[in-house]
Amino acid sequence: MIKESTGAQLIQAAFQSEKPIFIPFITAGFPTPAASIDIALTLEEAGAGLLELGVPYSDPLADGPTIQTSSHKAIAQGVTLPKVLEMAKEMRGRGLKIPVILFTYYNPVLQYGTEKLISQLEDYGIDGILIPDLPFEEAEEVNKLTEQNGRSFISLVAPTSQQRIQMIASHAQGFLYCVSSLGVTGARSTLDDSVVGFLDEVKKHSRVPVAVGFGISRAEQVQLMAPHCEGYIVGSALINILLKNEDVLKDELTREQGLAEINKFVKELQSGLS
Amino acid sequence: MEQTTEKGYFGEFGGSFVPEPLQKALDELEAAFEKYKDDESFNEELNYYLKEYAGRPNPLYFAQRLTEKMGGAKIYLKREDLNHTGAHKINNVLGQVLLAKRMGAKRIIAETGAGQHGVATATACALFGMECVVYMGEEDTRRQALNVFRMELLGAKVVAVTEGARTLKEAVDAALIDYATNYTNTFYLIGSAVGPHPYPTIVRHFQSIIGQEARAQHLEKEGRLPDYIVACVGGGSNAIGLFAPFFDDQDVKIVGVEPGGRGLASGQHAASLSKGEPGVIHGFKCFMLKGDGEDGVGEAHSIAAGLDYPGVGPEHSYYKSIGRAEYVSITDEEALNAFHQLSMIEGIIPALESSHAVAYAMKLAPTLSKDQTLIVNISGRGDKDVQQVFDMEHGNK
Repeated sequence: MIKESTGAQLIQAAFQSEKPIFIPFITAGFPTPAASIDIALTLEEAGAGLLELGVPYSDPLADGPTIQTSSHKAIAQGVTLPKVLEMAKEMRGRGLKIPVILFTYYNPVLQYGTEKLISQLEDYGIDGILIPDLPFEEAEEVNKLTEQNGRSFISLVAPTSQQRIQMIASHAQGFLYCVSSLGVTGARSTLDDSVVGFLDEVKKHSRVPVAVGFGISRAEQVQLMAPHCEGYIVGSALINILLKNEDVLKDELTREQGLAEINKFVKELQSGLS
Repeated sequence: MEQTTEKGYFGEFGGSFVPEPLQKALDELEAAFEKYKDDESFNEELNYYLKEYAGRPNPLYFAQRLTEKMGGAKIYLKREDLNHTGAHKINNVLGQVLLAKRMGAKRIIAETGAGQHGVATATACALFGMECVVYMGEEDTRRQALNVFRMELLGAKVVAVTEGARTLKEAVDAALIDYATNYTNTFYLIGSAVGPHPYPTIVRHFQSIIGQEARAQHLEKEGRLPDYIVACVGGGSNAIGLFAPFFDDQDVKIVGVEPGGRGLASGQHAASLSKGEPGVIHGFKCFMLKGDGEDGVGEAHSIAAGLDYPGVGPEHSYYKSIGRAEYVSITDEEALNAFHQLSMIEGIIPALESSHAVAYAMKLAPTLSKDQTLIVNISGRGDKDVQQVFDMEHGNK
């Protein structure tokens, strides 16, 4: 029997592309759990190379108003970490092929059991995990567990990390998530030019692909970043599209209409690369 | 007394669970704090303002009438309510604003529950001519409308936070987000012994003046240490300030009084140590209330806005875990009764927060002998609560 690839290997393979890959972030369960499955499949079809699946949380310290709003709406429907795991499994059942990264704050992980969660990721078809409020200094245990289980623990670096960049980069698994600007997530119309220099600096030290996120909402931004990264993460700008189409996405009968809007947004975003 | 480890842990509690963009800011804050906390000119300046501006030292007052009425241990009141701005909060605020000045910050942000910390912060910002923005849950701005006006009088901008339960928890979230965005010119002044490292250590350091004074004053009056020290615990800054200097005095029993709200069985309380479980909130590990969902944070309730917090300082979590302190709870009703009793018997109107400590002392004292003593921290004065109590008892029936 041929041994199947580990999640870590699948993430590595996802970056074997000439162009930087598109990494969408969605809040799991928004606008509904059923819609999330269809949205994930639509994103894959539109060209996503990886999917970041966000566990809605009541205290999202790294997130701005857009993702907070979607999180509160998902929580109101009873979406919790165990339910998000089931959603991931269902996405696989429906044919989702791209690697999935679970994005979750640390408290839900602690409540679920860190070791239990990471050892179960494979069963749910999840290839990596990103815990935004678990800084490098606290991440040793999780780092070991992901390695043992063939998963990737995704670390963040920020322009302010400075001396920390080398330390974080040298331990990085999967890919490095570069935070483009200070503050919290949220679509920004302009990005500071210094981001490019920051990405180049991170690339010098990183043994894994470098992806950039926080504030990316437009094709010109993607075009500007492209030569300096291997992937770009789009969260709030995508959630804004979901919020605009919340009602049609909720209803199974009209969902196609909302999915078409998502497809259009993703195509437009990638247009700068062709 | 120094129980903080390098990574900011008190036993298994504390730590720093924040997104990477914030970590640098915290590292810089820690370095500045370590540099100045034992710096002679820094402490000279701080002590000058504590004495000349805040009015320290405040008395350790022997509450003779209350003692006689309870018929047991001698009750001493540590009068933090007599500080300028009417609560213990000024101790920490003066320390942190002076630290901010030395770090070159131009803008101070803070969160506030009851409004006491916000008023203290706005006061110190006025004193040192710094820009001040205070985040406050909308529910608290309603409960403490006069404190909002006070802050505005002092030149601060008050931002009402409309997320979630609209109380202290949401105010902290909003302030952290502001800090993450603006930290290059902004100092986040945390008012309680909570938050990511190094905040709990910084707040403990600046509030320890309470316990240091109380310990010396009690030694002077009684020629020995007290049998019990009692303080209310929300986030826990007045309590850790009183407790920490007594940590090594093993014969002194330490009691923290949590807000029991409508009773621990009702589920409507904020007794994180009595009823919570370990978890991570606002960037640190502590005992915290859990919500209905598997991973949610519970919502807190207390008659006292300043105790209305679902987590608790990591050092208190540690004290509980090693058994150094006992944590009990007092209901809204018991606290309200103590609020009246202390006003009637001693002519001191305590804050509803402090009334929790008074209420427990009134239960404890009669069980002790007359040659025993206890210190109760009157962390703040009750003027701010008079309107709320009036409405509860007369107005909105």
